[in-house]
Amino acid sequence: MGSLAPERLTELEAHANDVRQGIIRSLVAAGSGHSAGSLDMADVFAALYFHVMRHDPKRPDWAERDRLLLSCGHIAPVRYSAMAYAGYFPVEELLTLRKFGTRLQGHPERVSLPALETTSGPLGEGLAQGTGMALAAKLDHADWRVYVVTSDGEHQCGLHWEAMMTAAKFKLDNLTCIIDRNFIQIDGSTEDIMPLEPLAGKYRAFNWHVIECDGNDMTALVAAFDEAKSVKGKPQVIVANTVPGKGVSFMEGDYLWHGKPPKKDEADVALRELLAAREKIGAGRG
Amino acid sequence: MPAVASAGVSSAADAMHLVDYADPAAVKQVPTRNGFGTGLIEAGERDANVVAICADLSESVRMEAFKKRFPDRYIAIGVAEQLLVAMAAGLASAGKIPFIASYAMFNPGRSWEQVRTTMALNETNVKIAGAHAGVSVGPDGATHQAIEDIAIMRVIPKMIVVVPCDANQTKKATLAVAETFGPTYLRFGRAESAVITTEDTPFELGKAQTFRDGGDVAIVACGILVYTALIAADELAKDGIQCRVVNNHTIKPMDEPAIVAAAADCGAVVTVEEHQVAGGMGSRVAEILAEKQPVPIEFIGVRDRFGQSGSPQELIEEYGMGTSAIVAAAKRALARKRAR
Repeated sequence: MGSLAPERLTELEAHANDVRQGIIRSLVAAGSGHSAGSLDMADVFAALYFHVMRHDPKRPDWAERDRLLLSCGHIAPVRYSAMAYAGYFPVEELLTLRKFGTRLQGHPERVSLPALETTSGPLGEGLAQGTGMALAAKLDHADWRVYVVTSDGEHQCGLHWEAMMTAAKFKLDNLTCIIDRNFIQIDGSTEDIMPLEPLAGKYRAFNWHVIECDGNDMTALVAAFDEAKSVKGKPQVIVANTVPGKGVSFMEGDYLWHGKPPKKDEADVALRELLAAREKIGAGRG
Repeated sequence: MPAVASAGVSSAADAMHLVDYADPAAVKQVPTRNGFGTGLIEAGERDANVVAICADLSESVRMEAFKKRFPDRYIAIGVAEQLLVAMAAGLASAGKIPFIASYAMFNPGRSWEQVRTTMALNETNVKIAGAHAGVSVGPDGATHQAIEDIAIMRVIPKMIVVVPCDANQTKKATLAVAETFGPTYLRFGRAESAVITTEDTPFELGKAQTFRDGGDVAIVACGILVYTALIAADELAKDGIQCRVVNNHTIKPMDEPAIVAAAADCGAVVTVEEHQVAGGMGSRVAEILAEKQPVPIEFIGVRDRFGQSGSPQELIEEYGMGTSAIVAAAKRALARKRAR
């Protein structure tokens, strides 16, 4: 635990790079969608789909699978991209994002694509559903886990806090919440719009096990997920400190990229950057 | 009292195995919520996946007995009605059949978007038990009297909406919805109300029931006012007006053939519900008939007002849903039919 073999790290970073390319390609094809949060969660989704979760892309209805819920459904492109590269559907299908007849709806729809586990987009609802699933696993004495990816902005929704209380009450140690802590929401900084800090302290006060890490550092993320799995008697939260737009220089840190896609020329620049970064992955690590 | 029932009246009542509802001594008064409580226990006995989640009202929504019988399958979450729905959707995703209970005003009144997204759009097998519906909640007043709940549920695609007519039927409806996959709203009330059906009365989701035969006016009712409609029909019979009384317990999917047939056979319709006229059961009846069998329709229900404190009977009268209001509406409908 905590020690990721160098070649495994290289693999995971390469997967994250693939996921980012898929995000850019799907968003530019769609002509609308959310760039910044999708990109900054590429490392988390690569870690989940390629290392952390028990799942089988060929058996999305496998009863013993770990469940991954994307509460902040607007960053669906990162999930779709990770799923495509993990083998749930052809990578080229990413280009159907948000188009008529697609399974890749603008916000995730489980009925279109059951592996999504839930229908999401309306904020603040994911942890509540994840709490229900984790409780069902406990009732059935099953050992599958529930992962819920949330945005920091949706922590302004009251329902999320109802779920936080509930998960702690039922000691749902099979439940891990991941926060995309990028400090942005549509209207600006979370701390200007409605301050969330001290966010980790609030989870501690709600009797959760809190892990804070660099959400764009694969080694740190894998260690965080390992720690989460080892916790007994408490739900866990991973506060993943991320840089919005991570991986595309002109988007990084700019909240204006929260809710818009790159144009064609911008996407070309982004993809060139990502391809260059891809070539460097693993270099110097043997 | 001289018998006023025609042969047709008794045959419909007999076929439905109703009690002799015209005889007050034969009619027990039991809250419909009691039927939910007993039905839930039986549903729990039949299927180990049935779980009950309650938002801090276990006694008044009649989940207390389930809690004692199946403590491991009873989940207390406190005053959190949005959570009630969303968490239940998660449990349902993992194969459970959650019944979630609170007052209808909050469940589904407070959780509409969670119902739409996590239950209906997501197609999860969650059963909302909305207790204390209607003005017959009584003294608690307007904040606790849900009279818009049918409207907000029936407009959501895929939702099943059921309003049983008495305690016995509420038990049967609870069992039926437990065994029928789909996001569901089951509505019932607090007040003591007439028990007119028996163990032998059939019940099938989506199948309206003719409780009284008649060819002059069709009274289409749901909930505890079905009894009031039957009493009104007996009153009307004294004036020679024979009404068909339809217990339209499933608001969605509504039994369109039965509604169309009632309108075609009688040529005039009165709808009766303890709910706003706007958007409720009667509105759905009107939607069906406007397209398929246009006839004069009169609506009994609350007309764009909020409730208030009072006894159930005082409030039913105040909001124009009592026997005399139904009688008057039937006469208006009949006059309009004859004027055509």
